[in-house]
Amino acid sequence: MKNDIIISGVGGQGILSIAAIIGLAAVANDIFLKQSEVHGMSQRGGDVQSHLRLSDKPVSSDLIPYGKADLIISVEPMESLRYLPWLSEKGWLVTNSNPFINIPDYPSLNEILKEIEKIENHVIFDADGIAKEAGSARSGNIVILGAASPYIDMSFSSLENAVKELFGRKGNQIVEANLKALRAGRERSAR
Amino acid sequence: MKRVLLLGDEAIAQAALDAGLSGMYAYPGTPSTEIMEFIQSSKEGSDRSVHREWSSNEKTAMEAALGMSYAGKRAMVAMKHVGLNVAADGFINSAITGVNGGLIVVSADDPSMHSSQNEQDSRFYGKFAMVPCFEPSNQQEAYDMVFDAFEVSEKYKLPVLFRITTRMAHSRASINLRAALQQKKLILPADPLQFVLLPAIARKKYKLLLSSYESLRYENLISKYNFFKDGNKRDLGIIACGISYNYFLENIGESANDLPVLKISAYPFPKELIKEITGRCKAILILEEGAPVLEEAIRGILDDGIKIYGRLDGTVPRDGELNPAIVAKALGLPVKYGHDVPSLVKTRPPSFCNGCGHADMFNSLNEAIKQYGPGHVFSDIGCYTLGALPPYKAINSCVDMGASVTMAIGASDAGLFPSVAVIGDSTFTHSGMTGLLDAVVKNSSVTIIISDNSTTGMTGGQKSQATGRLEQICEGIGVSCEHIRVITPLRKNNAENVHILKEEFEYKGVSVVIASRECIQTAAKRKRSENSNE
Repeated sequence: MKNDIIISGVGGQGILSIAAIIGLAAVANDIFLKQSEVHGMSQRGGDVQSHLRLSDKPVSSDLIPYGKADLIISVEPMESLRYLPWLSEKGWLVTNSNPFINIPDYPSLNEILKEIEKIENHVIFDADGIAKEAGSARSGNIVILGAASPYIDMSFSSLENAVKELFGRKGNQIVEANLKALRAGRERSAR
Repeated sequence: MKRVLLLGDEAIAQAALDAGLSGMYAYPGTPSTEIMEFIQSSKEGSDRSVHREWSSNEKTAMEAALGMSYAGKRAMVAMKHVGLNVAADGFINSAITGVNGGLIVVSADDPSMHSSQNEQDSRFYGKFAMVPCFEPSNQQEAYDMVFDAFEVSEKYKLPVLFRITTRMAHSRASINLRAALQQKKLILPADPLQFVLLPAIARKKYKLLLSSYESLRYENLISKYNFFKDGNKRDLGIIACGISYNYFLENIGESANDLPVLKISAYPFPKELIKEITGRCKAILILEEGAPVLEEAIRGILDDGIKIYGRLDGTVPRDGELNPAIVAKALGLPVKYGHDVPSLVKTRPPSFCNGCGHADMFNSLNEAIKQYGPGHVFSDIGCYTLGALPPYKAINSCVDMGASVTMAIGASDAGLFPSVAVIGDSTFTHSGMTGLLDAVVKNSSVTIIISDNSTTGMTGGQKSQATGRLEQICEGIGVSCEHIRVITPLRKNNAENVHILKEEFEYKGVSVVIASRECIQTAAKRKRSENSNE
């Protein structure tokens, strides 16, 4: 078993929570992992990414080699394209369609969608809209994780348990809202 | 055995706690910040009453840690690589005094400058100070090494340098934890003059250091982290330092038995170790994360030994951090890229958060300084350095912590008028205060803007030593009260703030304008935690 995953977005969009949930699930499943993340200057509204590597054997490099990622999980559509050199031929790209526009030359959304559609295995939808419907507007990142979950080689229930573990301190209400978001994303992807 | 998921930084922090740490000292700096943060928020840190407050700068942190060690207890001090420049005086001389309780100095390098102004390699400092230097290749090794580093420190009575890089600091892996050790008791140094570096004493102690450094080469607690593994091939051997070993393994995969490889994760080592591989192979490839420290040593000046590939001959780029692709190319292996990045993807540089007080301060500053033309504003290290980027383009320097104040003094001496410094509150108490004293003593014509967001913002909102003290500090240093002006950087106050800035620019003496508004990130965090406590 090997899952090399790139998680991408803009600083502050919650990609580290996605990484943390997958990481906790991996530890519970006794899967080896390494997960590299960005702290510091880029977090201020810049592009951020995390390399997450799961394997049944010990993982060597903290970074995924080019062309080896099985999955890109992106909370932002343009950011999903930035990491295409890492995506393997058969890899999946799962991304939010809702843009985060904080630069003056942000490209046209239509053009971005066209580029995403060129990737054979892709899932794209408005995760923030689904998060809102599920009653937790700030959980777009968790919705996207739910949508990517069929392409991660761990049981869905282990991801649910990881959500409970990660958000447990913040109380039952937050846990339930995030579980709902995770399930809504999973459902959307299955459609 | 307990297994937990930890960042490299956190693994080091957890190991220090488990190894009986009594005091943690640090100033925030990417990628080292999470070491202190972990110890501050850990249950063990609080249960075991470990000292764990931020220090004003890396030098004060280093010296406080040395004091803890003087009293016989285990101490750790952590900083980013450029922080070690600030702490260098204490660090270098602590090698000559030696230590009492174990002392680990963690320096986190940032090759590729993800969040730094240079990519200096801290291993130079290990050699310079002549102290043991550990360079873990993965998170578990980092955890285990901390225990041995404390042992080595106490056995040789020397501080130990612990060098990590960004990828190690900010990458998570699951770690097997050990049972926690007891903290040491307060025991004064056996020799009351150990820490007194009068020349006559220092000369003796320096000779001792020279001989200790040679003994260290054969110390098992160091050499256990360096190993040679022979292979079938003789054309090429690999020397891989620290995390570059991971990129080697990643690329070589199943055929790992072919190439002879020497993994180096601790210094110093005997030259026989290098001969293990140079004696067997026709050529060697040296992989190092950072500067070609080892490569230069092996080549020497004459460079007339066997063929060496590395950063100095261009086989590996001279600058920047390593990655699997760079190492693949150096090994002569193909690199297969996925899809190209579509040309429509734009860069997304970091920027001020919406509603940031620094942004409003820069808007007022730009308006007030416009009449004097460009080139008058020296700045410093922090979020406000982003004021260099469009649309602000408001600052003309960012060099090292505190340099805004002192460069403004020098430029004013040269005749620049007005000469303005923009410095953050935490950077001001780190290294700006002494410069301000220089300005006061010589009555320089400078305007110092302290952009006070009441936190150490860039590194994620750590406590600022300046909070609530800035006016008192400036007054105490001798700035006259009429020229300590406090403004609130908000758009609605722009006209008034521009007016105040212009007045102070025109003043031919030292003035300080404190632009004070809480960082919106820490304000939001505070509100969230207040709400959840209700």
